[in-house]
Amino acid sequence: MSLAGNLFHSSIGRKFLMALTGLILVGFVVGHLVGNLQIFQDPDHINGYAAFLHQMGPLLWVARIVLLISVGIHIWAATALALENKQARTGNGPATAKHWIQATLSSRFVRWTGYVVLAFVIYHLAQFTLGVAGSAQFKENLPRYVMAADYRVAGFPVIKAGAEVLDVHSMVILGFQNPIVSVFYIIAVGLLSFHLLHGIDSFFQTMGWRSAKWSGALRKLTLVFCLAYFLGNLAIPGSVLTGMKGLREGFRAPSTSRTARR
Amino acid sequence: MVASSTSKSSLSVTLRVWRQAGPNQPGKFVDYAAKDLNPDMSFLEMLDVVNDDITTKGEEPIAFAHDCREGICGTCSCTINGKPHGPGRGIATCQLYMRSFHDGDLIVVEPFRARSFPVIKDLITDRSAFDKIMQAGGFITVRTGAAPDANSIPVPKHDADLAMDAAACIGCGACVAACRNASAMLFVSAKVSQLGLFPQGQPERDKRVLAMVSTMDAMGFGNCTNQYECSAACPKTISHDFIARMNRDYLKASFRSVFKPVSNSTGGGAA
Repeated sequence: MSLAGNLFHSSIGRKFLMALTGLILVGFVVGHLVGNLQIFQDPDHINGYAAFLHQMGPLLWVARIVLLISVGIHIWAATALALENKQARTGNGPATAKHWIQATLSSRFVRWTGYVVLAFVIYHLAQFTLGVAGSAQFKENLPRYVMAADYRVAGFPVIKAGAEVLDVHSMVILGFQNPIVSVFYIIAVGLLSFHLLHGIDSFFQTMGWRSAKWSGALRKLTLVFCLAYFLGNLAIPGSVLTGMKGLREGFRAPSTSRTARR
Repeated sequence: MVASSTSKSSLSVTLRVWRQAGPNQPGKFVDYAAKDLNPDMSFLEMLDVVNDDITTKGEEPIAFAHDCREGICGTCSCTINGKPHGPGRGIATCQLYMRSFHDGDLIVVEPFRARSFPVIKDLITDRSAFDKIMQAGGFITVRTGAAPDANSIPVPKHDADLAMDAAACIGCGACVAACRNASAMLFVSAKVSQLGLFPQGQPERDKRVLAMVSTMDAMGFGNCTNQYECSAACPKTISHDFIARMNRDYLKASFRSVFKPVSNSTGGGAA
């Protein structure tokens, strides 16, 4: 069989595709979190960062397409493998309840956590990228933010002071002031961290880099990584929800100004 | 096997056994009382005793697979209380003793279930899918001759030991029965690694792993979800590290097959 045939049709090939796309997606979620943690700095940072990303134009679309393909392959491979697994058992499964011997909890629920993460990603894009959910607070509908200082990437001023940019800072805080939204975010990223607990461990196994010699250390590193990832994500909606992080000074909600004008 | 009790007094249990008259026939659980059992009898000896009773009554005895009864042939294959080869670690059904149970226990006995292991009768399944995988590459094509002179082909001790760990596989199929996905990855990886760790196995290393995995998939076994139930149920405690090794071998072989040069001359020798 050809390489593509091996990768897309064989058991190990599709597991490799899952591992590879999983790695891309882990890379993305980590970068995404690190970028978003700029919300704890001056509004210039997160707003400048968002404007900088949008300025990249075609590059941004390349990244989006790569991510979309990764998500597609990850879900396709998981579904194809899971259907085969069901088939391999159907009609001949143990009549007694499955007796788990040593499978981890995260591995047993990896499919279910995956479903929640998918639902979350769709909601997250609808809320903050497309502006479908909670559109009154969407960045396009908020007053523009004027940069107080330059936003620099690697020392280069990419967004100049005085530039009018979208107010991502206020959009995120307004969004998370809704407790239902915040709690859903916290649960979803919690489950994503739980998903990664099995996923990252499995990545090393599928690539053939895991062995008993260091699997204990790997498990601990994975646990620390997932916990750090969860706490980082918890910080944003958590601090808004508890009121530790409020709206920026000088922010005026558009709805009130619009009614005033009428 | 660690005994759950050191008592020498006899015990009585209820067996709930899967009875199925033949392939593709409906099966059902039937309860049998097994009374006054010696705690030091093996599980299979207990089945023999129960079968004596059943036969005396003029009924069809419970069909179960067994051969060496010392844990080296891989023939016995019962799922006992939901775990292949029953409670305990690193033992086959024949090495399970009645002292592992308590007086009055209900013991559920089933065949090793998987779609690729169709039931032949009662507790006996057809595990010839494993033979098909072995025929696809579980061998070295050329004759390697009699035992060579020591050190004529150097094999590092570490590799020899690791290969022996893999070679301990008795091909019983407990890994498939234990896996939620009925995956045969532990079995196949043990066989692939056993030969792949030796110098004699190198020439066919890529071809072997590609062929064996392809046959494994074709036989309808499921896919590994890295839950390692297989190695926990394995009577030879074969490590799932071998699965990682096979994954690596398979991926390397797949990528290498794209770039490896091929001779222009066809014919003349086996093509």
